[in-house]
Amino acid sequence: MSMTILTWSLMAAQFMLAIAMVCACLRMFRGPRAQDRVLAMDSLYLNGMGLMLVFGIVSGSTLYFEAALVIALLGFVSTVALAKFLMRGEAIE
Amino acid sequence: MIAIKTLPDWAALLTAFLVLAGAALTMIGAIGLVRFRSFYERVHAPTLGATLGIGGVLLASMVYFSVSETRPVVHEILIALFVTVTTPVTMLMLTQATLYRDRAEGRAPKITDAPPLPADVITPAPVAGAGAPSDQTERLAGQNSLKTGAPGAVSDPY
Repeated sequence: MSMTILTWSLMAAQFMLAIAMVCACLRMFRGPRAQDRVLAMDSLYLNGMGLMLVFGIVSGSTLYFEAALVIALLGFVSTVALAKFLMRGEAIE
Repeated sequence: MIAIKTLPDWAALLTAFLVLAGAALTMIGAIGLVRFRSFYERVHAPTLGATLGIGGVLLASMVYFSVSETRPVVHEILIALFVTVTTPVTMLMLTQATLYRDRAEGRAPKITDAPPLPADVITPAPVAGAGAPSDQTERLAGQNSLKTGAPGAVSDPY
């Protein structure tokens, strides 16, 4: 019984994280200005990382953890680079 | 496709609750990202998913793998630490860039209730030989002289 609950809640969690990624994509395509798009991209990275972790639980393998770590690192670096670009017009001084 | 190992009841229910709570909070944050009106409201919404949402999913992953492999698996703490450290940094940089861009274009955010900061009040520059300084200029100059400690700063024509 509890394993059925776990299976269905993992599927529901994947579904909700997918909806969150769709919302972030919507804001990224619709966002009136550049900073909205950067914010939506940061949120998209985080949601993708959560989806990767939930998929690791579903498949029972710890390999997805490394993928989530790499996604977190790339998301941080790219968001900082884009924020600096918005601030100064160049990313590397 | 689904290869979930059989867990004891308490671990399965705890994992289910944590993963559902984390995913629901992340979804609420993303819906807020779509529905809020201005950027300064929108920048708050995804941090719900970045703190509690990711935290719930990471805790669920820790509980699941610790119980299913019968040894403590705590390497998810790395991601939790990294996300907790980096999210405020990115949000601060992004908001600073937005504020800079808005001010450069002359559309700074409206502050309705708060009084203007002293740095935002534009003080008219006193012109030398332009007659008696106005009341406000004199008061500001007096404040300046109080701050700097120079007694003759009122008639300083710089």
